[in-house]
Amino acid sequence: METIKRNDYNFAFLDEGSKREIRRAILHAIAIPGYQVPFGSRELPIGRGWGTGGIQLTMSLIGPNDTLKVIDQGNDDSVNAVSIKRLICSTTGVETTTDTAEANIIQSRHRIPEEPLREDQVLVLQVPTPEPLRSVDAHEAVTRQLHADAEYTGIWVNLFEQLLTRGSAFKGADHPVMADDRYVMNPSPIPRYDNPKLDHAQCLYLFGAGREKKIYAVPPYTKVESLAFDDHPFEQENMEGRKCRLCGAEHVYFDEIFDPETGERYYQCSDTGYCLKRQNEQKAEKEGLR
Amino acid sequence: MGYVAVTGGQEAIEASIELLKEYRSEGGTPLDIGAVRDRMGLLIDRIMSEAGLYAPDYAALALKQCEGSPEEAVFLLRAYRSTLPRNYTSRTVKGDDMHIRRRISAAFKDIPGGQMLGPTYDYVHRLLNFDLQNEQEEDLQSWRKEFDEKAHALEETPKTDTAPRVLDLLRAEGLVEDIEEDTSEPVDVTMENLPLPAPRSAILQTLTRADTGFVSGLAYSDIRGFGMSHPTIGELRYGSLEIEVDYPLEEGEAWYVGDIFVTEVESLMGTKAGKEGIGLGYGCVFGRNDTKAIAMSVLDRALTLDIDSPTSDMEFVLLHGDCLEMNGFISHLKLPHYVTFQSKLDSLRARKRSLEHGNDQTK
Repeated sequence: METIKRNDYNFAFLDEGSKREIRRAILHAIAIPGYQVPFGSRELPIGRGWGTGGIQLTMSLIGPNDTLKVIDQGNDDSVNAVSIKRLICSTTGVETTTDTAEANIIQSRHRIPEEPLREDQVLVLQVPTPEPLRSVDAHEAVTRQLHADAEYTGIWVNLFEQLLTRGSAFKGADHPVMADDRYVMNPSPIPRYDNPKLDHAQCLYLFGAGREKKIYAVPPYTKVESLAFDDHPFEQENMEGRKCRLCGAEHVYFDEIFDPETGERYYQCSDTGYCLKRQNEQKAEKEGLR
Repeated sequence: MGYVAVTGGQEAIEASIELLKEYRSEGGTPLDIGAVRDRMGLLIDRIMSEAGLYAPDYAALALKQCEGSPEEAVFLLRAYRSTLPRNYTSRTVKGDDMHIRRRISAAFKDIPGGQMLGPTYDYVHRLLNFDLQNEQEEDLQSWRKEFDEKAHALEETPKTDTAPRVLDLLRAEGLVEDIEEDTSEPVDVTMENLPLPAPRSAILQTLTRADTGFVSGLAYSDIRGFGMSHPTIGELRYGSLEIEVDYPLEEGEAWYVGDIFVTEVESLMGTKAGKEGIGLGYGCVFGRNDTKAIAMSVLDRALTLDIDSPTSDMEFVLLHGDCLEMNGFISHLKLPHYVTFQSKLDSLRARKRSLEHGNDQTK
């Protein structure tokens, strides 16, 4: 069911002036890894807080020959991923794919795909809370100054406090990182499992916060270090001993699923595109053997 | 299976959209957009004000499209606005030039130009009028005709429908706090991120576009005791303003592009510590919306004070009142959070394990 008629709206929805302005903010962000560039976030037909930062990045970058992949929680078929794809496709006519390797632009919420990305690929991450220092001070004017001064004592104290009171210095997802030895940055709510993928990656990572009106970036081959203490080194979520019930993958990030009938608990790759690709390969292999 | 990522997204969305249409077409009475525009005027005004887009026809269309939800209607107008290039900036409009339909002052009984109640619910007893259940359109129209004739017969043609400002009287007497004239280029918060601390132009623009309930609630908290305001409405006026843009082909010439109706309020406040004269708060909103305009004037004033009150905390007031932002972020909680919750579970389980093994690092 079409919700938008192509000819009623400009290519990629936004007017060209807005898209150019966003591209300028992106260049600014790439030039200073981890620095949050304020921009005049435009209103979209999709809710603020539902990926509008990411969508504006994708809309301003996408061309008619690009191939797009959109995932939510790693899942290509999650309702919001589908909704975002519908909007972008109906205003651009681009092709979509679930295969990470085939996409030029991948927009994601809460995950970095399992397959390593290449230099010719851009991963656009949707960001709910761009400011890692928000827990240090609720005021934007204050946190901006703290960043300018590289004054990060507050966040270190918070992590230390957490270590003392809760036994671990790590937040669940969205564990802050240090980008290029300069800016402390929220990697968006990806699990800690995904944090190391940011470090010296081949691809460009773009982060868009539509509601908070910020864009930031991790350019290719940038040093990105998760915040941790020398005597309490960084740890990812423990995925040991788990295996995907569909493709048999191990050492990936898993969704945990309960069977209400049997009460049994099993695991499935959170990255559905990766899982599907493996299943297809296994099928092809089996058929080849026959 | 409660815990599985929703799959079959495409089909689910399509079915959901179809259901919306079913809900929207409930009953057998067609919803005429013109009727919504003309007879739900106050709702239209509120939608336009929160959307920051003066477009009564589109506001009515939006309301028809979304079962009358103000939040959704504002959303539709805002999203549509994003697709339009901005070709012109209007010339500065002065409230003094308003063609007045309503004008009151709580400060003075007699004001030059007079007080004029205009259409207001203020003195209506809020009793459900059961006659309206069976109201006949013909009766209504014949009443209207009589009303028009009566009004025509009564009318003493006024020389002008504009009036001088109440505030000017006080200003002439030197009783108003001295404020430096600000001639800087106004910020447009729809084109750039709100600068902080925000200049007054950005404050006023943010407040006038803010959610009516949010602005009213905050202003209420301020005057009830969490702030410092004791406002007296110096003047509240409602009427139309003519909007003009520069004529591109001839220098100095202007193009008239239309009228907008606004409610404008000037509130008289206490004297600031270390200052002289009456303090001022200003409110101006699209349409007929006394409460929002007054509330805006209270917050405008509160934001100039350096006191420890929620309404004087600029970021608290300016960053949480946008209809789209607040509703968007609250509603996003309905999206799946499987990945982040899995990460949280991992921490909880690790904590439990370490407690069971007796190596609690917090002791």
